[in-house]
Amino acid sequence: MSRIQRLYEDMILEHNKKPRNFCVMENHSHSSHGKNPLCGDDYYVYINCSESHIDNVSFIGQGCAISKSSGSLMTEMLKGLSIQEALALKDSFLDMVSTDISPEKKKSLGNLKVFEGVKEFPARVKCAALVWRALEDALGTQHGVACTE
Amino acid sequence: MLNPNIRKQFPVLNHIENEHTLVYLDNTATTHKPLRVIERMTQFYTHQNATVHRGIYGLSQAATEYCDATRKKVQTFINAKRNEEIIFVKGTTEAINLVAESFGTFQLKKGQEILITEMEHHANIVPWQQLCIKHGCTLQVAPIHDNGELNLEAWKAGINENTGLVAFTHVSNALGTTNPVQEMCDYAKAAGAAVLIDGAQAVSHIKVDVQALNCDFYAFSAHKMHGPTGVGVLYGKYDLLTIMPPYQTGGDMIDVVSFEKTTFAAPPARFEPGTPAIAAIIGLGETIDFLNEIGIDNIFHHEHKLLNYAHIKLKEIKGLRIIGEAKEKNAIISFVLDTIHPHDAGTILDTLGIAVRVGHHCAQPLMERLEVPATIRASFSMYNTLEEIDSLVAGIKKIQEIML
Repeated sequence: MSRIQRLYEDMILEHNKKPRNFCVMENHSHSSHGKNPLCGDDYYVYINCSESHIDNVSFIGQGCAISKSSGSLMTEMLKGLSIQEALALKDSFLDMVSTDISPEKKKSLGNLKVFEGVKEFPARVKCAALVWRALEDALGTQHGVACTE
Repeated sequence: MLNPNIRKQFPVLNHIENEHTLVYLDNTATTHKPLRVIERMTQFYTHQNATVHRGIYGLSQAATEYCDATRKKVQTFINAKRNEEIIFVKGTTEAINLVAESFGTFQLKKGQEILITEMEHHANIVPWQQLCIKHGCTLQVAPIHDNGELNLEAWKAGINENTGLVAFTHVSNALGTTNPVQEMCDYAKAAGAAVLIDGAQAVSHIKVDVQALNCDFYAFSAHKMHGPTGVGVLYGKYDLLTIMPPYQTGGDMIDVVSFEKTTFAAPPARFEPGTPAIAAIIGLGETIDFLNEIGIDNIFHHEHKLLNYAHIKLKEIKGLRIIGEAKEKNAIISFVLDTIHPHDAGTILDTLGIAVRVGHHCAQPLMERLEVPATIRASFSMYNTLEEIDSLVAGIKKIQEIML
């Protein structure tokens, strides 16, 4: 597989064409706006938590295939997780797209493993990371806005 | 075509990027520098290095003479009346800021209007916006047509007796549109407004004659005309420059300094505080010699041949839409691909060794007007070839193959 094929894995292309949970969530408990002004990627992430678990996640916005499929796969992975588990998953994901990680950690990422190829394209790490930084902001810092540029 | 040997002046064109020979189509962002310019600067640093204006010794006098010689070369190149009308600045951005700060604050009156256009890049928007906030002027924006041409009638209608200054680009960096600058200067001057032209994308591609234009200010950067980074030019009419206060103060721009009072030097020194980018200024002089030897008309014809070929070839690609189809264009072509984001396109082209710009091109309001988040932009220069455009076309087909 060439570098470019490792970046644009079939699952990434498919989620780019048909992003899941790609909608505004009116009744949410947490939200944030992830925006990279230099490249124009721009997403809102919505989370609805009951007690300490994530019931529902959605996102909406525009950007490249990497950022959009990252958002789509993120929403699929988060449902049912506790906030701590979601934040740990976020950390593992951000590690994977920027450095080499252990096989155990990689395993914990499930389908998100398809983003491993991003590591070979340093200029695109910020695309994959954007929705995850918005998630981090929604659940933690709550600035209402996140950026990876 | 220009002499193909011209490429030999640019060794960087042999660079291998991702196992492919570089196809450099980002000349709007910056151009490559010919060997003779690089060598001239190396020669200066190696054998001639000294500062200007200060030294009684030979090397410093020689450095001063080289910089003065560049000033005269620039004067001739853009046909300014006097060499004192050429001010060395960092680049176009600083030139526009200088005018906004010095001319804007002291010559424009509170309540006056500044007219720009929808196709300006940030460097010709934000300094005026800041001036308006600080100084109580109003920023007016003239619209463009959907094809990327300026709506000239609306622009003219935007000028009234209260318009203090009009600022517009000679050539749009995002669309390639060449504005009818002579007609615009004639109209604005007749209405009594001062005129600033952003010439960053025009100089070295089109012949510029500031006296014929009768503009008050003309700004450009050396690095976009095959010269070094770190130096640019502000042309200003001498009578205006003499009544403008300094933009920055310090050494080299003074007449007499005491702790009570300082009087300032005459232009251009008044606007050139501190030690200038000496090697870059000398490099700019060499760049102008290089451009003159090739001939701006020859460059214009070559680049337009590339532009026309690229237009024809890109239009044949299904799912590709060209953004900006003005009748008068420079060798810049912006486009979008159906359902494919420009950043994905840019990454795939990069793996094929093709360097293009993707993004909003520092013209966010223009992108909003055109209702696209970003575009892919290919821009051509004297060293580009028809074969490189074929490579771009093949690259675009590869993008569609991967992404669709």
